[in-house]
Amino acid sequence: MLTPPQKSHQPVLRLEGVSLGYGGFTVLREISLEVLPGQVVAMMGGSGSGKTTLLRAATGQLVARQGTITLFEQNLAHADRPLLQSLRQRMGVLFQQGALFTDLNVFENVAFPLREHLSLSATQLTERVLEKLNAVGLRAAAHLKVSEISGGMARRVALARAVVLEPELVLYDEPFAGLDPISLGITARLIRSLSDRLGCASVVITHDIAESFAIADHVYLVGQGELKAHGTPATLGASTDPYVQQFLHGHADGPVAFDYPVTPAFEAWLARTGTQP
Amino acid sequence: MSNEKTDWWVGLFILLGAIALSFLALRAGNLSSFSLAPTYALSAKFDNIGGLKVRAPVKSAGVVVGRVASITLDEKTFQAVVTVQIEKNYRFPKDSSAKILTSGLLGEQYIGLEAGGDDADLVAGATLQFTQSAIVLESLISQFLYSSAEKQGTPQGSESTTAPKSPKLSQ
Amino acid sequence: MRQSNFLARLGKQARERLTGLGLFTRFFFMLLQRSSIVLSRPRLVSQQVHFIGNYSLLIIIVSGLFVGFVLGLQGYYTLNRYGSEEALGLLVALSLTRELGPVITALLFAGRAGTSLTAEIGLMKAGEQLAAMEVMAVDPIRRVFVPRFWGGIIAMPVLAAVFSMVGIIGGWVVGVLLIGIDTGAFWSQMQNGVDVFKDVLNGVIKSIIFGVAVTLIALYEGWQARPTPEGVARATTRTVVTGSLAVLGLDFLLTALMFSN
Repeated sequence: MLTPPQKSHQPVLRLEGVSLGYGGFTVLREISLEVLPGQVVAMMGGSGSGKTTLLRAATGQLVARQGTITLFEQNLAHADRPLLQSLRQRMGVLFQQGALFTDLNVFENVAFPLREHLSLSATQLTERVLEKLNAVGLRAAAHLKVSEISGGMARRVALARAVVLEPELVLYDEPFAGLDPISLGITARLIRSLSDRLGCASVVITHDIAESFAIADHVYLVGQGELKAHGTPATLGASTDPYVQQFLHGHADGPVAFDYPVTPAFEAWLARTGTQP
Repeated sequence: MSNEKTDWWVGLFILLGAIALSFLALRAGNLSSFSLAPTYALSAKFDNIGGLKVRAPVKSAGVVVGRVASITLDEKTFQAVVTVQIEKNYRFPKDSSAKILTSGLLGEQYIGLEAGGDDADLVAGATLQFTQSAIVLESLISQFLYSSAEKQGTPQGSESTTAPKSPKLSQ
Repeated sequence: MRQSNFLARLGKQARERLTGLGLFTRFFFMLLQRSSIVLSRPRLVSQQVHFIGNYSLLIIIVSGLFVGFVLGLQGYYTLNRYGSEEALGLLVALSLTRELGPVITALLFAGRAGTSLTAEIGLMKAGEQLAAMEVMAVDPIRRVFVPRFWGGIIAMPVLAAVFSMVGIIGGWVVGVLLIGIDTGAFWSQMQNGVDVFKDVLNGVIKSIIFGVAVTLIALYEGWQARPTPEGVARATTRTVVTGSLAVLGLDFLLTALMFSN
């Protein structure tokens, strides 16, 4: 595929030795990755492996305990609020459930970022919004209320909203979760085509192998709190690492155990309830 | 709902609020008798103001001509000094008198102005010469008891009797 | 052993309450600080006045009418004993403008508008709408909370005034039309006794303060709600309970301040 010429080849997002966690609990240890302009990067891993945590770190919502996060060549740890706000305007985020504003209709949802950050005339605004809705195939649904559209459609509207400011980086949080096969295909193709058309980098957080391998330039596999493997889809497919193998082929048992580990708390509970019918 | 429609409803809401407030102030409250006409001050001294309060009305022949502005105590003569604001278009002769009266039997107290006969009028800041204090119920009752005890010729009443004094006209 | 557990729990609860109070105060100041949006985008505020005020009008008017009816009836029965039925207008008007108007309106407001604010924000939180706004570089406090805060403050005094007006009319309907008190005496005694500054204005001030308190509590509970159905349900309950108690407590304070000689 052709990547449009970029001004710089610096990564739009880079994590170096980053550790992330909440409270006393560390979710990810010493993760290093980078996303180049125009690239589609897939972040994969099992449930609870910390993928959403990574997303929150990239948007500056979560502060790294260790290491540096560099967004658009700015160190997030040293970014003050105005800088953070200006950085956020250069990226779009697609949330798992869409996170559409339920009190607005489809058109107003997509128009929201435009109204908040730019002062466009009514015609310019309408044109831009309908253009983006058209790109996701929902131009004729602009008048509908959020309660009147299906889940798949809602996600497409959220996608239109995420790209309406034509950002340089788009983050997708589980865009394929719970979609029917047709919607799956549509969504994957949309992500790729938008990335190529707008020349923006895309980070797709998912555990769907087939679709993401089809569109990703680079894949990072996260598991058990650390980065297990990364490479192009072809490289990973050929990897002999047991974790990668278990993940890619869906084996029930392997490095990720099937049986939940026995803990003292369980044994105490069993002792209490074991004798009762 | 379109923006114009929302604006219209909100406007109606605020209008309703304004109507309610005006109703409360004018129909329920005493704003209508609240004149913003220019006023001038007069003062009067009383031995006892009874239950007179600030903002009590000042009436002449039953018509409200002003309001009590302030009530203080003169520390030299230990008399109450009452300042009233009278509407500028009402002028009273120099020898007018001020009495503290009660509206109804147990109602609120107010100041009644009775015009005198002098040719010259009271100027702003002048003091009314003739005043009558409020009738204090307890003094009235004790006077009544005293005089009725006298009439019955009880031993306590054998001292020189004088007719029960009428409330003083203080200078 | 159990006693020290109890004390430890009590201490923990006290500490949590104190922290909560501090957070509440910080939330209040945050709202005030970011209130400039009221001037730059007044339409957001007027939309909220519509949702909060207009949608509460029906319950306020109906309640006001019935409270007025009851005041007229009960007031008549009591005044009749002392032969002072003609003071009914005064009784109804003073009760409403000084106390019942602001307080009952605030309690109804907490129940109707307060819970809907809390639930709306709690659900927005659960649906990640607030997080979505944040990553879109839109401050959710400014965009969502501040307009609702000022909407509530503007709506409350209007609703309280409407309640009092409707209540007085209700009292008139019962006293004059149904029972037969002289209408002239009804209004003139009222007008002589109700002072614009002492009674009406103080009632308005009370309703504004109640509006601030209830709206603030509703928004705070929504902000702090756990983003689950159970969390939202708990938060709305807390709005009603805390809001109502705050109104009654403030009413006592304000009455003591305003009406003592």
